[in-house]
Amino acid sequence: MKNKSSLSILMFLVLHLSCAQDNPPFIETPTEINYTYETIVDGIDIPWGLDFISENDLLVTEKSGILYRVVDGQKTPVTGIPEIYIRGQGGLLDIALHPDFNSNSIIYMTLSSSIEGDEKGGNTALYSAQLKENKLENAQLLYKATPNTKKGQHWGSRIVFDQDGHLFFSIGDRGNRDVNPQDITRDGGKIYRLNLDGSIPKDNPFVDTNNSKKAIYSYGHRNPQGMVMNPKTGEVWEHEHGPQGGDEINIIKSGVNFGWPTITYGINYSGTQITDKTALPDMAQPFYYWVPSIAPSGMAFSSSGVYKDWEGDLFVGSLKFEYLERLVIKQNKVIQREKVLDKIGRVREVVESPEGYLYLGVEGKGVLKIVPNQ
Amino acid sequence: MKLFALIYLLTIGGLTMVLFQEKTKKESIEAGQEIYQDFCVQCHLNSGEGVSGVFPALKASDYLMNNVEKSVAGIKYGLRGKITVNDEIYDGIMVSQGLDNEEIADVMNYILNEWGNSYTEQITTEQVNKIPKNLVD
Repeated sequence: MKNKSSLSILMFLVLHLSCAQDNPPFIETPTEINYTYETIVDGIDIPWGLDFISENDLLVTEKSGILYRVVDGQKTPVTGIPEIYIRGQGGLLDIALHPDFNSNSIIYMTLSSSIEGDEKGGNTALYSAQLKENKLENAQLLYKATPNTKKGQHWGSRIVFDQDGHLFFSIGDRGNRDVNPQDITRDGGKIYRLNLDGSIPKDNPFVDTNNSKKAIYSYGHRNPQGMVMNPKTGEVWEHEHGPQGGDEINIIKSGVNFGWPTITYGINYSGTQITDKTALPDMAQPFYYWVPSIAPSGMAFSSSGVYKDWEGDLFVGSLKFEYLERLVIKQNKVIQREKVLDKIGRVREVVESPEGYLYLGVEGKGVLKIVPNQ
Repeated sequence: MKLFALIYLLTIGGLTMVLFQEKTKKESIEAGQEIYQDFCVQCHLNSGEGVSGVFPALKASDYLMNNVEKSVAGIKYGLRGKITVNDEIYDGIMVSQGLDNEEIADVMNYILNEWGNSYTEQITTEQVNKIPKNLVD
């Protein structure tokens, strides 16, 4: 009897210790699955960004530099895209339709660009253009981060709109974490806010700060590859790749410092420490952080009633674990995490369609649609 | 006249060697380490062990050591489709990272000689220049 109880204490300790590093709630595998998926379009290596013209007419970026228009599952490359600098994690990134696309045909896209500046390499750029059938016209550069660098990592980038006529987009720290993210006179490691015509809003937080980049809205970010407007609150939600064990969800607020790399829950890939601080008074805490890292990309709220019990939940792609993650949020807290379509592949993008379905960009596959069972 | 031609050729030859000097193997490995940390470490990890079933190992990898030219082609043009690495099948995609040929030579020299891997010859930029795309088609 004594042996048995010490064994169970030992088992308890082993279980406890093995989970001690993980941040709750722990990921669950659902017992009941009442949905499946269908492939909308295949043959896209890295479907990085997507947006809907209508339910059966979508624009999909392929990281290597192709923009597809997909009508009823048939993909056609769109011509007239600006020159793209393919390097590491960079390429053709996000795409977003202007809120008044139906009347002005304007689209926005972020991409890696080597234009401007004497330095070799590239940095993230935001363009607008008009889509006429399968052709882009009147391409305009709205923002180009500097300086160019040959670093391959952390370009961001996602584009979202708020309800007050602003465009937000993200740029990662460009592999220069000790220089860029905490310095508002430099690009990189920032969320930016512009008016829809590319001009700087007069009430941006750093417009009156000397030498600042006036488009900056928040800073101290590492590599944001997911961003969405919360349809219930109108707030912009973002997630970013942390170092090992430091992926975060943040709710973006004007002028706020989100801490990278001064505070983080993560460590270097090599296992060494970046900082011993996870919190400081003048830096925001994440809304949630993932330990272990899931390598998040793409982000959407399910606002429709299309799926049983999913209304209001947050969905995030996991590149590392190859599933879509469902996060249930109650009273400003993540209370449950669940795998959706486990082992589906590297989920790069998640978007809610006009009719309320969740569409995924999955690497090596293409665009998938989650379909509830009848 | 003969002497002049000889000096001329030696000078040109010497200049060519100076101007188009390949890094030493040691220098190339050092440069390759930086490239690795920038472009490769996210998937193949610091230990070169990769992630079983998802990202193949580079450390003690039979595929890498037995398919050096194909590995160069994979970095240069991207690699897709089924490969078998240490008796495990991988069916993913590695897209081209946009590295130039000198960077590819450097990172190859690094991964061929790190984590206990050892490869006698040095991969040169010239060799990478000549690697054709059809190796990975």
